[in-house]
Amino acid sequence: MAVLELTNISKHFGAIQAVNDVSLSIEPGQVVGLMGDNGAGKSTLVKMIAGNFHPSHGIMRMDGKELLLNKPAEARQHGIEIVHQDLALCNNLTAAANVYLGRELRRGVGPFRILDYAAMYKRAGQLFAELKSETRPRDLVKQMSGGQRQAVAIARTMLSQAKIVLMDEPTAAISVRQVAEVLNLIRHLRDQGIAVVLISHRMPDVFDVADRVIVMRRGRKVADKTIASSSPEEVTGLITGAIEQAA
Amino acid sequence: MAVTLDQTIAQKQHTFLSRLFSTQTFWVVIAVILACIFLSFATDAFATSKNLYNITRNVTFVAIVALGMTFVIITGGIDLSVGSVLCLSSMVLAVTMHAGYSIEIGILASIVTALAIGAFNGIFIAYLGFPPFVVTLGMLSIARSLAMVASNNTVVFQFGPDHDKLLALGGGAWLFGIANPVLYMIILALITGFVLRWTKFGRHIFAIGGNEHAATLTGVPVKQIKVAVYMISALSAGIAGIIQTGWLGAVTTNLGNGMELQVIAATVIGGADLAGGVGTAFGAIVGAALIEVIRNSLGLLGINAFWQGTFIGGAILLAVLFDRIRNFRRSD
Repeated sequence: MAVLELTNISKHFGAIQAVNDVSLSIEPGQVVGLMGDNGAGKSTLVKMIAGNFHPSHGIMRMDGKELLLNKPAEARQHGIEIVHQDLALCNNLTAAANVYLGRELRRGVGPFRILDYAAMYKRAGQLFAELKSETRPRDLVKQMSGGQRQAVAIARTMLSQAKIVLMDEPTAAISVRQVAEVLNLIRHLRDQGIAVVLISHRMPDVFDVADRVIVMRRGRKVADKTIASSSPEEVTGLITGAIEQAA
Repeated sequence: MAVTLDQTIAQKQHTFLSRLFSTQTFWVVIAVILACIFLSFATDAFATSKNLYNITRNVTFVAIVALGMTFVIITGGIDLSVGSVLCLSSMVLAVTMHAGYSIEIGILASIVTALAIGAFNGIFIAYLGFPPFVVTLGMLSIARSLAMVASNNTVVFQFGPDHDKLLALGGGAWLFGIANPVLYMIILALITGFVLRWTKFGRHIFAIGGNEHAATLTGVPVKQIKVAVYMISALSAGIAGIIQTGWLGAVTTNLGNGMELQVIAATVIGGADLAGGVGTAFGAIVGAALIEVIRNSLGLLGINAFWQGTFIGGAILLAVLFDRIRNFRRSD
């Protein structure tokens, strides 16, 4: 069964039709590349799934049940996690503090509860080990490489039982070696049965790691096919409009 | 030998000592100690119990307000109204007690006034998006004016039936001959240090200063916390005002004039970063101590008091300069 299913979703801001009648479904353990030019409606679509916007029309379902989100925190409660393009990290805090930001572990009784540093370092270390990332929980994020910063942001999504992780341009501004690291992180998420939506401009990354590619143009879904049955040339044509609709 | 991933992850990059040496606060402590040693030899008057009693007590008022200011500065804000809030709180206490109310009611009225002003600042900053500099600059003017209104710009030096209690509260030395204000400062510093390091609230304050947008995205209640830090800052000014009233035995509408700059200087010398995200309770105290030692020593060394500002300003620049140099080295 699909973990997330969108049916005839539309979103307009006044007269502007940002997303127009999009339907799609995402299976557990699947990596879906979401591609499209600037202004194609990718971000708006993702923001609806993340609880930032209500759809104007259409229904979202999670595990078959209708999903109504009023704010991002509710999306998180439903197991929808987002890795933001800027990663949303605090440079002045440690890796572990960033992983647990907003859901710090505490110990103690009743109102007398203090931060549980030991438990947070330990669990953050386990998450980095799972991700096969050389990231030390006690280091400040300020001193980290792009790949390590990605690992911190991704580890954050693994704290709770995430069902679906939305990643916004995770490979946009990092070195080639770090891109490989991030793609590996995505595979680790997939191997744990988590669905990953990878929003990206970078064709090689999507064709490297994704199982399926969805292309949007001017608010509409113009392609939704397996990677094996498509090609970078076709996707480029779909993004630019040289090809009107996928075969 | 091959290093496994687990070993790398478990490794601590910094030892306790290397971390200690890398903090600005540590070097300021060294500066204070060296200055004290130098002064003990250079002058006869410095290391007397009378002078040390004076120094420690003089430090406290700036230090207590600096503790509150530390919260604000860590979030990346600034509170320019603390000197005026201190004056208004003192005046509310003085006028209330002068009117014949008990010390408890006077203190309550004073604290409530301070918290209300802090909440006002915080709501304008967090919910209406005003720049902290502007809101608290406005409040600097408003609070002092209200203190003048409350007292009709007179000096209040009679505090009704509980007059002696108030003077004992601020001027006494209840424990081992340590001046009461110093005791309050130590207690408040311990509370501040605890909150910053061990509570979720403290963690979130650092997060807001580090990256406010990230804090919002991860579900930190940014707006409520911002209101709270301005309330804490005003509260610390109010507490300092109450203690100072008891110590001085009189309140004028001049009290705390220009104090905000000393307080900010103390936090910055102690290692807080005005850009947000960095600061400690201990640093605030040490910064206040360095300023007071400089001031005290100039007097004892017979240097013209007009030079005071130059030396304190120099200390601010020097403290931050050390920090810059370390950062240059790190970014190489």
